[in-house]
Amino acid sequence: MQIYADNAATTKMSEAAIKAMTDCAKSYWGNPSSLYTIGQKAKELLEEARADIARIINAEPREILFTSGGSEADNQALLSAAMLGKKQGKTHIISSAFEHHAILHTLKRLEQNGFSVTLLPVHENGVVDPEELKEAIDDNTCLVTVMTANNEIGTIQPIKELGAICRERGVLFHTDAVQAVGHIPLDVKAQNIDMLSASAHKFHGPKGVGFLYAKKGVRLSNLIEGGAQERGKRAGTENLPGILSMVAALKEAVAGMDKHAEHMKKVRDHLIEGLSQIPHSALNGEAERRLAGNVNFSFEGIEGESLLILLDQRGISASSGSACTSGALDPSHVLLAIGRIHDVAHGSLRLSIGEDITMEEADYIIENVREVVEYLRSFSPVWRDLMTGKKEFIL
Amino acid sequence: MALYSEKVMEHFLNPQNVGVIENADGVGEVGNAKCGDIMKMYLKIDNEVITDVKFETFGCASAIASSSMATEMIKGKPVAEAMLLTNKAVAEALDGLPPHKMHCSVLAEEAIQAAIEDYDKKKAE
Repeated sequence: MQIYADNAATTKMSEAAIKAMTDCAKSYWGNPSSLYTIGQKAKELLEEARADIARIINAEPREILFTSGGSEADNQALLSAAMLGKKQGKTHIISSAFEHHAILHTLKRLEQNGFSVTLLPVHENGVVDPEELKEAIDDNTCLVTVMTANNEIGTIQPIKELGAICRERGVLFHTDAVQAVGHIPLDVKAQNIDMLSASAHKFHGPKGVGFLYAKKGVRLSNLIEGGAQERGKRAGTENLPGILSMVAALKEAVAGMDKHAEHMKKVRDHLIEGLSQIPHSALNGEAERRLAGNVNFSFEGIEGESLLILLDQRGISASSGSACTSGALDPSHVLLAIGRIHDVAHGSLRLSIGEDITMEEADYIIENVREVVEYLRSFSPVWRDLMTGKKEFIL
Repeated sequence: MALYSEKVMEHFLNPQNVGVIENADGVGEVGNAKCGDIMKMYLKIDNEVITDVKFETFGCASAIASSSMATEMIKGKPVAEAMLLTNKAVAEALDGLPPHKMHCSVLAEEAIQAAIEDYDKKKAE
């Protein structure tokens, strides 16, 4: 059995997305900036795509900027908001402790340039508390950026409430919605969002394309200088095959969202129940406010990379927050942020299922994870120390 | 390109000398759970020759493969020779390790040395 359970890393392109991409490459290869017919046809499709994206998140077409993906959108959103803040003499930014590195590393860079950053705690359940934002926000705050859903543990943040607090205080609010777009309903107006980042390959679109929503009046700074594309805010000939492909994927994802979410939640909860039967294991992040496709467990006494490779041998593709999987010394900052200590964070497993998952596949996953965890524990000196009482169980 | 060499995969998927030696003559444990790697080696020694060796490892595939390979390399060897086993030799025997995994072979070298030191200490008592 082959099961791809790493959809938070990337998704397989849908047939519609592949068709849109190849159709564009074959038939609409003109440069949207050219004024003859084939260029203008490309321009027309580009603007239709912009309008489609805008409609889906309840924005205006002129508020959508196409980018090379989520990281670029995050970088541009944060650097633009910081620039605007600086002009007003405001240099404080608030974020959360478990953001994606596209956010955290950009914040580091801003810190080196005189900004101060407050990272809100995400607690054991993996959810930011709006009351803590209220306390952290002050007259010097120019930006709040909190992700819509976490990429590792899938917990969904109270975006509307956080946005409302920002609105009341006149502070820009950005959300990295890379894991959320196409998976949960989003409405930038109703949720008080000023800026939002998205990436096509997380919803069955292609890699290398995404978008940034920036509310009218939020002046963006360029990351890439050059021609007048994207209203002068993002130079470079537009990646039209990628953009049209992204829109085709997103339309499909949104149309099937409710049905897919209902099915995936059932399978997800079955997985959570099954994996919970493994002794000394625990779900990372709360079960309720969670993406329908995300399951993240820690198993005591084992290390995540060996778990992944053995699961791969059995046809299961998954990921882990173990340091060994990334080449870093520390395990996932997300798991540390929710209070998992190093020992337990190394033994984590993330399964991010897709809508085509079946209950039989879920049972296969549960059975194989149980076997592999048992096998690795059978010669783990840490497990021995736990079993003989030399060390106390954490989970 | 695969993450690991075939040799690493072979030793990871089918590790040799896994387990515990009761009343071992020397036991060495190195690494810590915080970093994600712990290696424990058990030695049985007769007339200064390692007659049996077993290991237990908490760690990634390369840590498990390094333990397996290192134990194979010292089994049946005089203690003095085992003491000279380098991490480089272990990594080479595995047809190389990715640069950020070299510390796994270092742990194997250190675990063996720790076990031999424990043996020397017990002998002196």
